[in-house]
Amino acid sequence: MDTTDRKLRTILADVLGLKPDQVADFTADTGLFGDLPELDSMAVAGLLTEMEDRLEILIDEDEIDGDVFETYGSLLAFTRAKQDTG
Amino acid sequence: MTPAIYPCPLPGGAAAQEYALTFDASRKYRVLIAPALFDEGHKLRRFTVEVMRRLDGAGIDCVLPDLPGLNESEQDLALIEPEDWRMALEAAARHFEATHVLALRGGGLVLPGKLGGWHYAPVKGASLLKTMLRARIIASREAGREETLESLMDQGLAMGLELAGYSLSGEMLRQLGELVPGKQPGITAIEHELLGGGPLWLRAEADEDRAQADALAAIIAVGVEA
Repeated sequence: MDTTDRKLRTILADVLGLKPDQVADFTADTGLFGDLPELDSMAVAGLLTEMEDRLEILIDEDEIDGDVFETYGSLLAFTRAKQDTG
Repeated sequence: MTPAIYPCPLPGGAAAQEYALTFDASRKYRVLIAPALFDEGHKLRRFTVEVMRRLDGAGIDCVLPDLPGLNESEQDLALIEPEDWRMALEAAARHFEATHVLALRGGGLVLPGKLGGWHYAPVKGASLLKTMLRARIIASREAGREETLESLMDQGLAMGLELAGYSLSGEMLRQLGELVPGKQPGITAIEHELLGGGPLWLRAEADEDRAQADALAAIIAVGVEA
């Protein structure tokens, strides 16, 4: 697990109130947005702001659609792509 | 823990009675709490009161005033500007004879003058605003409406905007976006990392954390004696 992966899991743990071992069990296929009813628009917005701060990326609202938050794998891939272009 | 009221100045020179939650035994040190703003105020409400319980246990009085337009206040938030919150906190500081201030998150953007104290987890007003704008864009998109940050801000500055259930005037949006923490002498920043654990304002479901409340109260209890 690299730094980006670890930081992203920590942010999700903070937003979802999960313990470190619970987010450590996330796989690329772990469902996020559709499977986690507590992840409402305000929580997602807070998550994005926190990702920008801790992962040092800039996220444009146009890029955020349901696909990005579908699974942990898709969110991690999105984050890595932002780091590469940022 | 006792509910009290304080005379709160309003825009245009009027005044209102606002609620405040107090632990008041006329003790030497009296800490005014500047609460977190908007949704974060709800997320941190229990944490805030838990910190107050611990301060009370440590022999320190504390008071958590409602800001006009937020929490139990009956004032129309759409008529309120950040400067009104600063004046409300100054009035509360005078009324309750506060000796220190403890601000949480956005509450530290509207600190009353003169009082020294602490600012837990400082945040820029622009950051609070951006998160609320994003929440609206995401919710709108789910409902099939496309909005952008720029179009929302243009619309908001001209005629006000509802964000995350809060009606904000153009002037509120403009001022909030410019507020930055760390401007006031005598205020020590307490970064969240010092408390350990995940930040409670980020939680999708409001939660509490005893260890974090212990840690923040301990910093204040030691600090008032310094």
